[in-house]
Amino acid sequence: MSLIKAFVAIIRRDLILAVRRRAEIVNPLFFFILVVTLFPLGIGAQATLLQAMAPGVIWVSALLAAMLSLDSLFRSDFDDGSLEQMLLSPYPVAVLVLGKVVAHWLVTGLPLILIAPLLAVFLGLPDAAMGTLVKTLVLGTPVLSLIGAIGVALTVGLRRGGMILSLLVLPLYIPVLIFASNAVDMAAMGLPVSAQINILMAILCLALVLAPLPAAAALKMSVN
Amino acid sequence: MDSQQYCLQVNNLACIRDDRVLFEGVTFSLHPKQVLLLEGKNGSGKTSLLRILCGFREPDEGEVLWGGVAIDHSEFYRHMAYVGHLEGLKKELTVVENLKMGQALGFPGAMSIDQALAKVHLRGYDDTLVQALSAGQKRRLSLARLLIADALLWILDEPLTSLDKEGIDLVESIMIEHVANHQGMIVLTSHHDLSLPAVDVQRINLSSCH
Repeated sequence: MSLIKAFVAIIRRDLILAVRRRAEIVNPLFFFILVVTLFPLGIGAQATLLQAMAPGVIWVSALLAAMLSLDSLFRSDFDDGSLEQMLLSPYPVAVLVLGKVVAHWLVTGLPLILIAPLLAVFLGLPDAAMGTLVKTLVLGTPVLSLIGAIGVALTVGLRRGGMILSLLVLPLYIPVLIFASNAVDMAAMGLPVSAQINILMAILCLALVLAPLPAAAALKMSVN
Repeated sequence: MDSQQYCLQVNNLACIRDDRVLFEGVTFSLHPKQVLLLEGKNGSGKTSLLRILCGFREPDEGEVLWGGVAIDHSEFYRHMAYVGHLEGLKKELTVVENLKMGQALGFPGAMSIDQALAKVHLRGYDDTLVQALSAGQKRRLSLARLLIADALLWILDEPLTSLDKEGIDLVESIMIEHVANHQGMIVLTSHHDLSLPAVDVQRINLSSCH
């Protein structure tokens, strides 16, 4: 029971911190919106081209936005010593890490999901694909946070881990990108997408179970 | 209380950093009602030793045992609390929010948050953001976390830094009370002269452990 209390307390604390810092919520969201709006400006207002590119554009932008927000996952905890205290807790660190990832997703992933349909309309994505887009984001963005947690946990001890972090994490994001944008593509053409959705669900389940353990181990290495 | 069950034992510990041997052959055991004071020059490995005790660092040689079992496999983390150079406080959270977090991460101890705040003379600061506190107040707040946790062993890295005369007396009295009344044990480093009357204090000088 007290493990659940600790889990909830971590989520609660990180949400309070996010509200007090604000930039953490707003920055990735603005980045996401900006990148998506850059594409029509660069390509020109060719409706069919934009429509065809919409799934890929939205998903690549979501991926980059998620990656940029990753550093905030453990950075301040590492700097002020909260991370040390977390690692000394009698509770399994992996569970506490999962709590932090959940909070991080609520702060950075959820806003993307809410704004994505609007951007999809900008790009002219057919209505038929809207539901699938939201579904893929709901299943995919938590995976981005979970996989990202391993990468940040490994690099948080390095002063300039930013570049290494993207080299570590982006290749691991590729499966999510492929299946998610493909699903949205298929849905836009009116084809069934249950296979891709099922695979995304499987990836999410796998990441939920497998990501917190190596992330916890990597954090222990990083505070050394 | 079974003294074997709650015993910190360190055997032949060595720490090597960048080909320099910081210390080697450090052996001691600490039982309830005892204090261990680590002494030594700057860079003699005091903090490194404390971090090895916490399990943050692997010792290059030797072992750390709690109740005769390696700390990773024992109930060590259930019984210890650590205050290091970094206070582990969130500056955007209030005093009480920080302590509540500390409480949630461990097992609640004998003192309530209100009692602990009164003890470290921070009563009335409940809803103050930590970033508005002075260095000494932050230090006292991080020590208040020890009081609300149910920890037998305190590991303290320079607990007296940035405290004024009054603060030092306060922390000393808290340490004496922990050791004398709660069967506590403390491992600490300090540059200040500690006055812990009537307490069993072991001293180890790391500068001479080569």
